[in-house]
Formats: sequence, structure tokens, C-alpha cells
Amino acid sequence: MQDIDIADLKRISELIHQKYNYDFRNYAMSSFKRRVLRIMELKKLTVDTLLKKLTDTPVFINEFLDELTVNVTEMFRDPSFWRVMREEIIPAIMLNHKQFKIWHAGCSSGEEVLTMCIMLKEMGILQDVTLIATDLDVNILERAKTATYPIKNMELNEKNYIRFQGSASSLKDYYREENGNAIFNRELFANVSFRKHDLVLGEIFNKFDLVLCRNVMIYFNQSLQNEVLKKFHESLFKYGYLAIGSKESLIWCDYANRFIVVNNEEKIYKKIKD
Amino acid sequence: MNKYNLNNSFKAVVIGGSAGSFQGMVKILSQLPKGFPLPIIMCLHRLKHVRNGFVEALSIKSVVQVTEPHDKENIKKGGVYLAPANYHMSVELGHYFALSTEEMVNNSRPAIDITLSTCGFVYKEKLIGILLSGANRDGAQGMRAIHEKGGLTIVQEPTECMIDTMPKAALAATKIDHVLRVDQIVEFFKELDKQYR
Ligand SMILES: C[S@@+](CC[C@H](N)C(=O)[O-])C[C@H]1O[C@@H](n2cnc3c(N)ncnc32)[C@H](O)[C@@H]1O
Repeated sequence: MQDIDIADLKRISELIHQKYNYDFRNYAMSSFKRRVLRIMELKKLTVDTLLKKLTDTPVFINEFLDELTVNVTEMFRDPSFWRVMREEIIPAIMLNHKQFKIWHAGCSSGEEVLTMCIMLKEMGILQDVTLIATDLDVNILERAKTATYPIKNMELNEKNYIRFQGSASSLKDYYREENGNAIFNRELFANVSFRKHDLVLGEIFNKFDLVLCRNVMIYFNQSLQNEVLKKFHESLFKYGYLAIGSKESLIWCDYANRFIVVNNEEKIYKKIKD
Repeated sequence: MNKYNLNNSFKAVVIGGSAGSFQGMVKILSQLPKGFPLPIIMCLHRLKHVRNGFVEALSIKSVVQVTEPHDKENIKKGGVYLAPANYHMSVELGHYFALSTEEMVNNSRPAIDITLSTCGFVYKEKLIGILLSGANRDGAQGMRAIHEKGGLTIVQEPTECMIDTMPKAALAATKIDHVLRVDQIVEFFKELDKQYR
């Protein structure tokens, strides 16, 4: 396997920034390095030929971004998190609003949004919720919209669902099997809009009652996490909720004191100050 | 006496293990000298979707509290860290952890190769890498990375391992400085500790 030094990684992120207006300069170095090495291996490129390809072949950028970003996800990831959503957070939002809005930032192939929709449907309130699911990676968004997953992924998803203790006996109630794929009922996504949005350079575009951004900011360094938290703060109504990944922390961010911890184990926060 | 020819220039210890490593790991942690000065960074294969219990099990007999770090948490002297379930755990140049959900490596997440090689990159010759019992080849490339950066490499004596695939793979992949039984690793830690007193 080839190696790549930090100066070359910087040349790559500078080029992408200048030419394509994506900013990876503040991504966590260790995983960024592995991703770039992985692309070089997959496409049989050296640092120089990669830089050249990025310079000369603009259509390569989407494929490059798709490989660069980490899209690994699963349905009902951390079942205990989803139980808290169902039993505490959603009911708390509903105390004040019959209708509300959720943002899935960094939705990847859509498993997390689909999880939310199944849960809301089982709670009987799916029709009252507007969901916006965003990602930087346009290829993965196209996949997300199809609500179709390889059947081999369903074993894990099903295990998580059982631990979540959903009201159906199995996720099979929500999908049909075809050509080795699980094709979920598209009506689950009736209130979801999928959009391209970049958390680093993108504008604030709406206000939400609940924002989920799980396992996305782990790819950022601390200063970028700090900036992105400000955007989430601005994108939340006062007393809105923010959920991050189970191993992430906000305590060192400037805006941390504008939130309170609602559930420390599941990493759910509530905005209490504008 | 200084059997392992140690000095006080080391900054961290990283340990990998898989099937059959748990007992050895518990033994090492339970006999760790009080106030051991270096961070111990562990990547052990574990059940992917069981988030709790493992840290507690490791901590019971241990003289130190084992923690699963948060993403971007600083590495402290004397801290004992375990890679959390279902995340790869890297160490960054600023001496803090970075977690990731990348694809599995060697069928594993956390992958020992990732933790070991990022530690090697950051700590270079100031690192001690230890690989215990295990049933696959994860960790071998990580040990090689540690050796190539000038770090000290140790594997558990294969004949003592419940499953010797992992230490043997490392022995085949790179130069291993010491092949030790668990009780010798315990002794090694005591000697290392003395260098800092
Ligand atoms: C590991 S997935 C998280 C999926 C899901 N939230 C979960 O926890 O399972 C991370 C996603 O973040 C997206 N991402 C990375 N950088 C981003 C950015 N600057 N703006 C928006 N999305 C980004 C990636 O494309 C990827 O799909």
C-alpha cells in the first residue's frame, strides 16, 4: 500500500476547495488520509495522477466525493437511542407542537431517515412531520431516495429493530424482496425531501424542532465541529433538540453552554439559549 | 537490572487483541503498577453491537479505570483507553483520538491495524506496541507500521495463546523485538514503570 504525506493531502484539499468549492481542509487527518489512499488504490492513481485527474476531469468530482465520504450506516443504529426518541424526545416535542420538522444532516444512504419514518409511523404521527434529509454526496442521495438496500444488510437492521422493540413483528412488514434487494414502501418517504447540502460551506436554510447529525462530525477536526455546531444552533427553534453520535461530544465547543444535556448516554441535547 | 533494556523515552503503549486475549488483558491491567505513567491504548475485537459491559468487565480487577474515549478526546498520561464498539479508533498528531465508522478492515471494526498504525505514525520510536492472542490477521500490518517508525514491538508467546494466528501473523510480517508470556508482559510493565520513578 502506498503512503501519502500531509503536504500532499493539503495539496489535494486545496485543489478541491479552489476548483470545486468543497472544503475538506478541516477534516480529521487520519480518516481523510485513509480515504484518499483508498481512492488512489481503487483507481490505481498516484498523488500526481490524482491531482491531474481532479484538475482535468471535472466529472470525476462526484465519484471522488462519493468515495471520500464515509457512507457506512445502518437502520436503528443504537436501538437504545431510538427508544429514547420514541419514549421521551418525540413526545416532548408533541407537547407543544402537533406538527413539526426534523433535519437529518449527513443522511448518507437514508437508513437513519427511514428508521425515523418507521418509528413515526408506528407512533401514528408520520403524516404530521416534515423531514429534510441532506448530504454532501449526491450519489449517495440518489441511492437514499430509492429506499432500497441489499438483502444482506437486513440481518443487522432486523436485529437492531428487534432490540428497538418496534410494534411490527419484523421489518419485513415494510419492504418487499426483489432481486436480492429489500425495497421499502415508498410511502414511508412521503414527507421526506432529500437535498444536497454542505454542512461546511452551506447556508442555514430552515428552522427545525429536531436535528440529527450522527457520525458526521467525527470526520471534522475540533475547530470545524465548533463552527458546525453554531449552524445547528441557528437551525434549531429555541427548545429544539440536537442528537449526535453516541461517541461524540460537544463540551469543548463555544456554543455548548447554549444547550443542555437531555440524555448523556444517547447524546441528545436541547437548545435553551438563542 | 534492566532485562528489557528500557529507558524513559516512551510516550505511549498500544495493545491489540482478539479471541483469547481478554484474560491476558485483565491480568496485565490488574497488575499494572499504581500510577503507571504512560497512556495505554487498547483495541480489542469485541461484539459489534453490544455497547456496554466490556469496559466494566475489564475494569473490575484493574487498578485503573478503563474508558472508551469520545471522538477528539485528548490522550492523558496514565489514561487507559479502549476502542469503542463499532468504531475505528485512530490517534491524531495533536495526541487526541478520532473515531470513525469507515468500512470494516480485516472484517473488524474497530480494526487493530488502524489503531496501531496511527499510533505508530504519531508516537514513532516512542511507542510500544503489543499484540496478544487472536484468530485473524488483524494487527500484523499495524505492528509492521510501528516497527518501521522505530517503535518497540512485542507479541504474546504463541504457545501460550488460546489462538495463535494473530501473533504468528505479526511475527511473519515484521521484526518483533520480544515474544513474551503474559506474566512476562506484566514484568515488562513493572520494569518500564521504574524508568519513570
Ligand atoms: C457515516 S455517515 C452517517 C450516517 C448516519 N447519520 C448514521 O449515523 O448512521 C456520514 C455522512 O456524512 C456526510 N458528510 C460528510 N461531510 C459532509 C458535509 N460537509 N456536509 C454534509 N454531509 C457531509 C457523508 O457524505 C456521509 O454520508
